[in-house]
Amino acid sequence: MEGLIPYITEPREDTGVTNSKIGIWLFLASEVMLFGAFFATYIVLRVGAETWPRGWEIQNVPLGALNTVVLITSSVTMVMAWASLERRDLAKFHRFIGATVLLGGVFLVIKGFEYAAKFEHHRFPSTSTYLAIYFTMTGLHALHVIFGMGVNGYFWATGRSYWESGNKELLISRVENGGLFWHFVDIVWIFLFPIMYLL
Amino acid sequence: MDTNHAIDIERTVRGFKVVFITLLALTAVSVGVSYLHLEEHEAIIIALLIASFKASLVALFFMRLLSEEKVIFLVLAATVLFFFVLLFVPLLTELNQVGQ
Repeated sequence: MEGLIPYITEPREDTGVTNSKIGIWLFLASEVMLFGAFFATYIVLRVGAETWPRGWEIQNVPLGALNTVVLITSSVTMVMAWASLERRDLAKFHRFIGATVLLGGVFLVIKGFEYAAKFEHHRFPSTSTYLAIYFTMTGLHALHVIFGMGVNGYFWATGRSYWESGNKELLISRVENGGLFWHFVDIVWIFLFPIMYLL
Repeated sequence: MDTNHAIDIERTVRGFKVVFITLLALTAVSVGVSYLHLEEHEAIIIALLIASFKASLVALFFMRLLSEEKVIFLVLAATVLFFFVLLFVPLLTELNQVGQ
C-alpha cells in the first residue's frame, strides 16, 4: 500500500538500523518523558512536604524485593527468547517467551496482594500524598506490564506461523523490539522499587 | 547461521547470565542497606546509585546498547537531556519559594 513505511528486516544504509528499531526507540523516548513527569512530581511533592514517610514503614519490603527479582528474571527470559530465535530453536523460544508472560502475571498477582493489604488497612490513594503518588506510579507501571504481556503473548501465539511461513527474520526483529519495551518496563521498576519501598 | 554469528550469540548469552547474577546481588545489597535505617540523604544517594547502575546494566546488555548504532545514541542523548530538564525544572520552582 502506498504511503506506508515498509517493515524492513535489513538495516537501512543511511542509519545502520531498521525502521522499526528507530521507531521503538522514539516510542521509548516518549515513555521516558511520561514517567519522567511522574518522577518529577514525586520529587516536588516529597521536597515540599512537611513530613514524608520512609517507604519501609508502610511497604512490605520483602514482597517488593521479590517482585524486583521476578521482573529482572523476566527480562532474562525475554533476551533468552530472542537468543533462541537467533539460534534457530523455536521450541526454546516458546518456552522462554511463555515464561516471560508468566512472570509478568506473577508480578501483577504479587502487586495485587500488596494493593489488597493496603486497602484492608484503609490505605487508599486519598489517604495521603505519598499513597496517591505510590498508587499512580505503580498503577501506571502495572498497565505497562499488562501491555507488554499482551505483546509477548502475541509472539507466543503466532511465533510458529511466522516461523513456518518463512518470516523468520521478521519474527526475530519483532521479538527484539518487543524486548526493548519489556526491558524499559524493568528499568522503570528498578527506580520505582527504591523510591517507593526503601527511601 | 555462520560460525562467527553462533559464537557471538553464545558469548552474548554468557554475558546475560553474568548480568542476571549481578542484578540479583545488587537488589540484595539495596534491600540490605535499607535495613540499616541510614539518614535520609545517605539512603537516597546509595539507593539511587545502585538503581542507576542496575538500569545501566539492563540497557547496555539486555537492550544491547553496547553494540548499537550512532543514531540510537542520538535519540537516547536527546531523551536523557529532556528527562533531566523535566526532572529538575519543577524542582527549581519549588526551591525558589524557600524562605518565603
